[in-house]
Amino acid sequence: MIRKLITTTAMVLALGAMPALAELKVGSIVELSGPGAAAGTNFRDGVKMGFEEINAQGGILKEPVKVLEYDSQTDPQVSRAMVQKGIDDGIYAIMGTVFSSSTVVNMLVARQAGIPQFTGSEAPSIVAMKNPYIFRTAFGSQKGVPKLAKYMSETMGLKKVGVAWANTEFGKGGHKAFVDAMKAANIEIVVDVPSEQAQADFSADVLKLKGSTAEAFFIYYTEEESARFLREARKQGLNKPLLGETTLIGHKVIELAGDAANGAMGHVGLTPDADIPAVKEMVERFKTKFKYTPDHNAIKGYTAAWTLKYVTEMVGKPDSKAIAEKLHGLKLTAKEHPGVLMDMSWDDTGEMSRESFVVKVENGKQVVQAVLPPN
Amino acid sequence: MAEFIQIIVSGLAAGSIYALAAVGFTLLWQASQTINFAQGEFVMLPAFFVLVGMTVFGLPLWPSVALALALSLLILGVAFKRLIVEPMLPHGTLPLVIATISLGLLMKESVKEFYGATAQPFPAIFPQTVYEIAGASVSMQDIGNLVVSMLAIGSLQLFLNRTRTGRCMQASAQNPAVAEILGVNVKRMVLYTFLINAGLATVASVLISPIYLAKFSNGETLGLVAFIAAIVGGFNQIRGALVGGLLIGVIDNLSAVYISAQYRSAMPLLLLIAIILLRPQGLLGTSEGRTV
Repeated sequence: MIRKLITTTAMVLALGAMPALAELKVGSIVELSGPGAAAGTNFRDGVKMGFEEINAQGGILKEPVKVLEYDSQTDPQVSRAMVQKGIDDGIYAIMGTVFSSSTVVNMLVARQAGIPQFTGSEAPSIVAMKNPYIFRTAFGSQKGVPKLAKYMSETMGLKKVGVAWANTEFGKGGHKAFVDAMKAANIEIVVDVPSEQAQADFSADVLKLKGSTAEAFFIYYTEEESARFLREARKQGLNKPLLGETTLIGHKVIELAGDAANGAMGHVGLTPDADIPAVKEMVERFKTKFKYTPDHNAIKGYTAAWTLKYVTEMVGKPDSKAIAEKLHGLKLTAKEHPGVLMDMSWDDTGEMSRESFVVKVENGKQVVQAVLPPN
Repeated sequence: MAEFIQIIVSGLAAGSIYALAAVGFTLLWQASQTINFAQGEFVMLPAFFVLVGMTVFGLPLWPSVALALALSLLILGVAFKRLIVEPMLPHGTLPLVIATISLGLLMKESVKEFYGATAQPFPAIFPQTVYEIAGASVSMQDIGNLVVSMLAIGSLQLFLNRTRTGRCMQASAQNPAVAEILGVNVKRMVLYTFLINAGLATVASVLISPIYLAKFSNGETLGLVAFIAAIVGGFNQIRGALVGGLLIGVIDNLSAVYISAQYRSAMPLLLLIAIILLRPQGLLGTSEGRTV
């Protein structure tokens, strides 16, 4: 009896002396200032909302998740320092960054530390570096642009096009993918206009495009640059079709460019206007919470948060290395994992696949023209 | 030819706004030997005053512009002079330069903190009409920007040359001691200069924000371009700043279209180097001797 009492007392004391399971820390490292602030703020809020919902439903492995936020200032070197700071603070996964020029630099730090990183970047180079810890939240431009090229060739019947792009890591990736896709589609590029990061005055760029014989233009800038470009294009009466990716017709661009965004077309991996109930419900919750309409970056951040929850629970512990290994070749269906909103999968490079949409801006709203299957 | 006309018109329209900011540099330099490195932020801030008027107080555009003008005169004119320039000036030019750099950072970070880091849409001041002139598409916005800037600078020039107050301001700038002996209230004249600079910054802000969008970091580019324009044109001449601004605007567009878009921002700097080497007083400036 005494022995049993002593054993029980010892067990109680031992359990009492054990520290409580620490909350799980996740780093949200995004562009909250500088040229990437529009994209970064959306991504950050998506991540925030995702983890708040996850915590409200019991967290990950029944532990609450604490999101530590860091501002990369849209500066690759600062982003690298922030990733290191996050790792020093004990995070087990990273959400961000969005700008490719930052991600190509900071993902090396995450790789060294063996921390899985869910990036919003779309430059092809991100997954071409054989980094086992990088995972996209939207497919890269090398996958998206060929879909758009097919549309330009087969549906629009274009023979001559022009391209205007940001001369940054992000822009270079899209530009190369576009040039390759045009070559494959036998469409001639008659004018090619690079611009600087965060360029404010696009009058010369529009002039160059306008003076060409192109039948349509592919525009590959960040959101704020796209908005300035569209305003200038409207100002100078550039009335040929303008096509692009998500960054040309995103909601932030429509808000900033106003009427000038009408008519612009793009291929988007994600859109809040998709006719998918889960996406629509997420968008409504986001609008209620943050008082603005989310763009694709917010959806990227939101699905990244839920992906981390599902994969961590599949692994059974917050083991960064095991989570990265599990993600390669994984497919998450929206039916079984509602937080991802749409079916998505990752290959062995961290590249992801998902359905996508061709949209056109009409009266300040994205109108889905076609749904394209994953490639 | 049509393309060339369009390049020139667009360049002049952008350049005229740079000129407004550049004139501010020259005015403050002449009146109080102040090189205001926060000049770019002076152009950035009034756009946010307008947005506050429209979104917080629910005012229409033009009353918001009037509110922005009033706040700019008060903060960028009177408060800047009283709280920064007057206490720092006795310590020499360098401490004042550092103070204005700090002020620029403070303004930038404050806007980022209180209004947000993302760009904000800014309403167009002019109709979005586009005219076809000799095959070139010339927008009402470009014409409007050019006309308003030229009117502002022209009126300033007339005010300085044709009115008693303007001549007193010039006298105060050229020789404050003699001006004071002749009964000119030099302190008041200097205050007028700061108020005019704040007014010009507001006009520049309202004109450029529909193009650049309202963003906390807009002052970085604008301040640098205006500073270069002022040096190229002549730091001690208003008409020099005007010419410098227009020249930079046109060269920027010409180089982007005909040379290389990637090196467009290098062209004004090359021009600056050439001017400093060949004509240090600027294109229209006059040589000044100073004891060092």
